[in-house]
Amino acid sequence: MQSFTTHTGIVAAIDRANVDTDQIIPKQFLKRIERTGFGQFLFFDWRFLPDGSPNPDFELNQPPAAGASILLARRNFGCGSSREHAPWALADYGFRAVVAPTFADIFFNNCVQNGIVPIRLDESDVDELFRRFNAAAAEGGQYHLHVDLKACTVSDDAGFQRSFAVDPFRRQCLLEGLDDIALTMRHTDEIAAWETAHGLPAAAH
Amino acid sequence: MPSAPRTLLDKIWDDHVVCTPPGELPLLYIDRHLVHEVTSPQAFEGLRLAGRRLRRPEATFATPDHNVPTTDRRLPIADPISKQQIDTLRANCREFGVRLFDLDDVDQGIVHVIGPELGITQPGMTIVCGDSHTATHGALAALAFGIGTSEVEHVLATQTLRQAKPKSLEVRVEGSLPAGVTAKDIVLYLIGRLSTEGGVGHVIEYTGECIRSLGMEQRMTVCNMSIEAGARAGMIAPDAVTFDYLRGRDHAPKDYDAAVARWEKLPSDPGAVYDRVEIFRAADVVPQVTWGTNPAQVTGIDAAVPDPTAFADPNDRSSAARALDYMGLAGGTRIVDIPLDRVFIGSCTNSRIEDLRAAASVLRGYRVAPSVRAMVVPGSGRVKRQAEQEGLDRVFREAGFDWREAGCSMCLGMNPDTLAPQERCASTSNRNFEGRQGKGGRTHLVSPAMAAAAAVTGHFVDVREWHYK
Repeated sequence: MQSFTTHTGIVAAIDRANVDTDQIIPKQFLKRIERTGFGQFLFFDWRFLPDGSPNPDFELNQPPAAGASILLARRNFGCGSSREHAPWALADYGFRAVVAPTFADIFFNNCVQNGIVPIRLDESDVDELFRRFNAAAAEGGQYHLHVDLKACTVSDDAGFQRSFAVDPFRRQCLLEGLDDIALTMRHTDEIAAWETAHGLPAAAH
Repeated sequence: MPSAPRTLLDKIWDDHVVCTPPGELPLLYIDRHLVHEVTSPQAFEGLRLAGRRLRRPEATFATPDHNVPTTDRRLPIADPISKQQIDTLRANCREFGVRLFDLDDVDQGIVHVIGPELGITQPGMTIVCGDSHTATHGALAALAFGIGTSEVEHVLATQTLRQAKPKSLEVRVEGSLPAGVTAKDIVLYLIGRLSTEGGVGHVIEYTGECIRSLGMEQRMTVCNMSIEAGARAGMIAPDAVTFDYLRGRDHAPKDYDAAVARWEKLPSDPGAVYDRVEIFRAADVVPQVTWGTNPAQVTGIDAAVPDPTAFADPNDRSSAARALDYMGLAGGTRIVDIPLDRVFIGSCTNSRIEDLRAAASVLRGYRVAPSVRAMVVPGSGRVKRQAEQEGLDRVFREAGFDWREAGCSMCLGMNPDTLAPQERCASTSNRNFEGRQGKGGRTHLVSPAMAAAAAVTGHFVDVREWHYK
């Protein structure tokens, strides 16, 4: 997994609640058997018009979002289907962090497994970030945020700084880019003991 | 000293924690792992690249369901990319020694239908699958939840998952189920009140007289949609309904009485404390119809599509306005005045034999409206066979429904069963998201009986007033 320590990037903002994973990566792209190459399909049905050209009304296609790597969103982001293709598509497109008031549970875990940091902030702080994003966009500019996973802070260069909470184990995995299967395999003896205590025959591997 | 009273969740959780290494998340043992073609290929590839094998292949069961044709199975799969995905599942199961219920097997079907049907799902177990509707299995008092593909790989390799313990949420439904109201209406009503994120971070335990009175398959419908309220898992304490359902199924325990004696200890202890409790009255529930693009955007058949300006919360207001624009509906339109183009009866929510019986009893002696195209997709090969033995397929066909082979089909439209843009569908599935059943398609979630009645009349109708023939 790609490690994450600090990241400064351009913000893209999608101002709607309950963005589900069917929108993040529509089902017609779930037939692929690879983990890679999903960025081109990110938000496909919103991003492209029926003739295949970019939809100018969609936030990611507008100038403030060009080159964005941090996604600002509303509550319950990533709800619905468990498809890990959603964070694969976000990561492949170039996103390293998503900021929202709340995330769906499965999506949250899937992000962490793919080196994307899901950052929960209070709704009022997210409102403030949308204001700052919109103010920068209104002047034809782009809005930047800085994420520091060591300090667990998100900040901009105009005085906004907030701490965010993240499970210490997940944080460590992200900071070091750890393979959590290898970590779990350090506990094979405990797993085998559990199986024996529950009357299971010895495991195959 | 007697231990503190525990909930059903506490008991299953405590029994499955392998260890909690210092500074790490608990390792939770996983008893059963269900695998399908869409969310598993990258996990098997990961194992292959790392030179890993399955720790316990006999705990893993696979079937193709999401991306399979529901037409004649003797014909080759037309879409080469779909065929490759199904062939990949076959090859992975062969290579890693996983039991596969393939397309020509009567045991093939939607993972969440065949798990309980074959007795693979049992009370007190932990069950995972790379699919968010894994919550279904909680109806049999299992702790069952959906996971991503990286976690699928983790379970295949280690038979465990890293998990923080979720909070518990008791959702109590008091009173008896009103006539003409079904489990689907109950759960849609609950989602409407809890919101799409009301259950985030929680496992729901459904309790109360109404829930206890439901049959096993109706309980599955309720637990299935827990994820639409944001809860990864929903569960119902085991009782005689559970034990009678599982008895004699292929994978049920051999010493069944001993198993029942164990399972009888699972229900939450008197005085057990939930992190949160929400109480509802069954008497308040009427047949439900969704009007928007998430399952919490729902109302009663006797109501009208809401006016977006009526919502106090700005997020709710903009969501409703956007949803009505997508759905091609105006606030104030009566639900019974919404005309339909398509009807879909199927999905892991409502494709079991009781669902098909409920729909067929409405349809008996009627014809589908000329403006409507309707299809039934049984949840498994066994459900299909049972329905045919009961003559339900004839009822559906004579009414003008297509009678298909088992799979997820138009619930998510990965296979050729999709809506065209702007087509409006009454669907017994679980998600009315934009584009879910086909780009531009408009989905209204309802119960099987409501879907069948709507197919006949060409618009929504209150099934409580149906004239059964």
